Amino acid sequence: MANIIAVVCASYGLAQSVCDGEDLAERFFRSDHTNNWAVLVCTSRFWFNYRHVANTLSVYRSVKRLGIPDSHIVLMLADDMACNHRNPKPATVFSHKNMELNVYGDDVEVDYRGYEVTVENFLRVLTGRLPPSTPRSKRLLSDDHSNILIYLTGHGGNGFLKFQDSEEISNVELADAFEQMWQKRRYNELLFIIDTCQGASMYERFYSPNLMALASSQVGEDSLSHQPDLAIGVHLMDRYTFYLLEFLEDIHPASQANMNDLFKVCPKSQCVSTPGHRTDLFQRDPGSVLITDFFGSVRKVEITMETINLTVPGIPLERFGGEPHTETALAYVDQLPVAQIIHQKPKQKDWHPPDGFILGLWTLILLVFFRTYGIKHLKHIF
Amino acid sequence: MGLLSDPNRRRALTNLLTRLNTPICVLCYLAGVAWFMGLAFEPFTLRTYMSENAMGSTMVEERFPAGERALVTAREFGAHKRKSGAMPVDWLVKTMQSRGLEVYTQSFSRRLPFPDENKERYMVRGTNVYGILRAPRAPRTEALVLSAPCSPDNSNNQAVGLLLGLAQYFRSQIYWAKDIIFLVNEHDLIGMQAWLEAYHHTNITGMDWAPLHGRGGSIQAALSLELSSDVVTSLDLVLEGLNGQLPNLDLANLFYTFCQKQDILCTIQEKLQRSDWDSVSGYSQAVQTMALMVLKQASGRPWGDHGLFLRYHIESATIRGINSFRQYKTDTTTVGRLLEGMFRKLNNLLERLHQSYFFYLLPSLSRFVSIGYYMPAFGFLAVILLLRALDLWVQLGALPSVTEDGVGSRALPLQSSSPSLVSILTPVVISHLTGAALYTLPVLSQELAVQHFPVSETEAVVLTAIAIYTAGLALPHNTHRYSSIAKQGWRVLKLVAVLYLAVLLSCTALINFSLGFILALTLVPVAAFVTPHVPKVLSAVVMVLLAPGCTLLYCVFAFQELQEAPVSLIDGWMLFLSVISQGMLDHALYGSLVYPLLALFIYPCWLILWNILFWK
Repeated sequence: MANIIAVVCASYGLAQSVCDGEDLAERFFRSDHTNNWAVLVCTSRFWFNYRHVANTLSVYRSVKRLGIPDSHIVLMLADDMACNHRNPKPATVFSHKNMELNVYGDDVEVDYRGYEVTVENFLRVLTGRLPPSTPRSKRLLSDDHSNILIYLTGHGGNGFLKFQDSEEISNVELADAFEQMWQKRRYNELLFIIDTCQGASMYERFYSPNLMALASSQVGEDSLSHQPDLAIGVHLMDRYTFYLLEFLEDIHPASQANMNDLFKVCPKSQCVSTPGHRTDLFQRDPGSVLITDFFGSVRKVEITMETINLTVPGIPLERFGGEPHTETALAYVDQLPVAQIIHQKPKQKDWHPPDGFILGLWTLILLVFFRTYGIKHLKHIF
Repeated sequence: MGLLSDPNRRRALTNLLTRLNTPICVLCYLAGVAWFMGLAFEPFTLRTYMSENAMGSTMVEERFPAGERALVTAREFGAHKRKSGAMPVDWLVKTMQSRGLEVYTQSFSRRLPFPDENKERYMVRGTNVYGILRAPRAPRTEALVLSAPCSPDNSNNQAVGLLLGLAQYFRSQIYWAKDIIFLVNEHDLIGMQAWLEAYHHTNITGMDWAPLHGRGGSIQAALSLELSSDVVTSLDLVLEGLNGQLPNLDLANLFYTFCQKQDILCTIQEKLQRSDWDSVSGYSQAVQTMALMVLKQASGRPWGDHGLFLRYHIESATIRGINSFRQYKTDTTTVGRLLEGMFRKLNNLLERLHQSYFFYLLPSLSRFVSIGYYMPAFGFLAVILLLRALDLWVQLGALPSVTEDGVGSRALPLQSSSPSLVSILTPVVISHLTGAALYTLPVLSQELAVQHFPVSETEAVVLTAIAIYTAGLALPHNTHRYSSIAKQGWRVLKLVAVLYLAVLLSCTALINFSLGFILALTLVPVAAFVTPHVPKVLSAVVMVLLAPGCTLLYCVFAFQELQEAPVSLIDGWMLFLSVISQGMLDHALYGSLVYPLLALFIYPCWLILWNILFWK
């Protein structure tokens, strides 16, 4: 009788562990992308558009921190704010006032700079129609399992985005470019974020599948800037990207935050404009899409102590090893600890051996001691 | 058939035109005057706003600390100036070099056509000193100018002191994207003209100057500072420049924004801002301010050292510190901060100021009237001339039929309807020759006059001008002796005169609205009503009273009234004489066009009308 109960209990316990393993496996294969790309574009030049460059650079930082390497990021900045003659702090671009966070840093790789940021180059990057001489860093080498994040910022209007004060890209052109990408199978899923005035007009014309879009303001509304810095004399960030950056600071590579949280970033009370989003072309439910599916490049490695039979369901295997395993939570190393940058602790000073002065002082003391009390004590020491 | 090609309808229209001509003209004149007066009415004006994106909404925290040190420098400068009697060039060069600027000097000399009695100078010789602060990282393609005049008496010392203090502060900053040129000019406008001509490699006025050894880039904006006291109660902005040209309105907006930010009292035409512009007293102050601006613009002379920059398309303004009896005083540090803020904003400019208006009138610092709003006032007055011309044309067209019926001879209509060209040209040519005499003779004949009369050169010049002007009144008694045309020939002459006046006034109003408007106010009624058939003596008196010379006299009195410093008749007359001499000097020294315009074009036009009055 007891045997039967024991067997039943054992089989129940083993079945539970198998189900956990399957859940783990289920979560493992939730999204079918294998690599992440990001195309971050700032389209405005001139000193008074400092905030657009700061916007793009802060998204760049977050994306790098969450794991996408520079080789998979195409960064396009239309003007050089860090080395602008009017910048009172050269080689820096700040995103918080009182110069708290320098988003320029010393490891920024800008792929398209200055006058290279044009509508033609942007569309060529997206569609892949670049001349053979283009270096790899300037190409979007995505395939049909790539999740791509596209972030645009600058000055825009109803149905267009202004590039470099001389040309525009229209929402129809953008939608057609995305359709070309879909037909050439250049993306698996694409997240499009735009922070301009009347940004929602830019995603109105999309018609390709697997596109999700966010904008900082609706048609007829202006996106507002956040805070000026009184020492630099410009506005440092736009509101939507500022609150987006704050939201992304809390995301780490293993975070399970999903797109519904992203849609809630910067409500009207903070942003003054109404952010909008579009998910009808996206096949998965936004609640099941992780932020890190687009913003991070998560290595699909999860450390587990259980073995999972992927071929024949339901046959439990023996556990290997007999020693108890500590169930310590395993976590990823923080790749770019921003918190530490902002609030820097003072470094511990290394211990230095006493220098010559102290050695000499000790020698003097010893000599005085032996002089006073006689040399015969010396043998007691050594 | 069409409205104008149907003879019946055409006759009806022309009858209407002829019948209603005088009432419509009177109505248009009243409408023009009323429109002008209504411009300053608060609901019709617009609030000023910053149009340039690059100078946008963000403010910088100004940190200029050294107001007191600037005053010490000012006192040193004053002491050296008194010691050397003229500009202390060596001291200035040494001081600017110690502040880290690249210093250069420029000498210039000029002999005026006749002595200037207001400033007591005839042979002018001087030196300009300027230091260039090179932008730390930028190429030397653009520059900004801050200038202070070196006045011979004890004024404007603080301006030079503040300029040197700002130079020292600006030198330690790294955010300058344009070169900043700190200029101290001697003999105010003459020195400034020499410097500008040398900087731009032009020689318009025949001055003798040494070429500049050091140069910045192309100048984007310039500010001239006049500060004569340690503390100020208000800052006055002077915008009117040479030939009535005004800087871009964005410069005035910039000044006003910073006045509000630093909490300094700011004025224009030395009239304070108020909060109740829509009340009666507010309206009257707005009208006074606007009228002062119109009078200053019409005079065509630069009212500050900045006035000469405008010709080179450099937006510039003069900031004048005023110390009056008021409780709230502003110290030099705050004025320095205002200038620092303005320069930082100008530093952000990427192209020349062009987004805001170039033609405007300011009833106050916070409100403006743009060209689209004030031009109809002049338009109404010009329409009167065109209506008169149409009326004359109709009369001329109707004449042959009348005389043909009356006389019945073939030869006569031909003769009366088209008088020979020579006989029309004669009064025109003689009037213009008188005008040319008015333009050239006073200056040329001053020596002759000084030999024969006990007057100084300036008085000789001015009195010769008035003599020639008055002599012109005697002309009709000579000219019509040469004319042999019939009685109706005056119509053709009047048509020519009216159209000529219309073209003249319109062109003047396009460039200098105030001058065109003031001349139109007095000349258009004269041109409209004068015919040989009006009562001679009364019309002669009225015409003389509305002549350009008397218009100038009224303007002088009006100007003094509006500045709340009314003058008696004698003083007014002396002021009038000095205004004439200043006008001639401005033309010779800086190229002001008011005197040639009045002498060569407006006065002959008036003489033609005078001829018509005395037609026999």
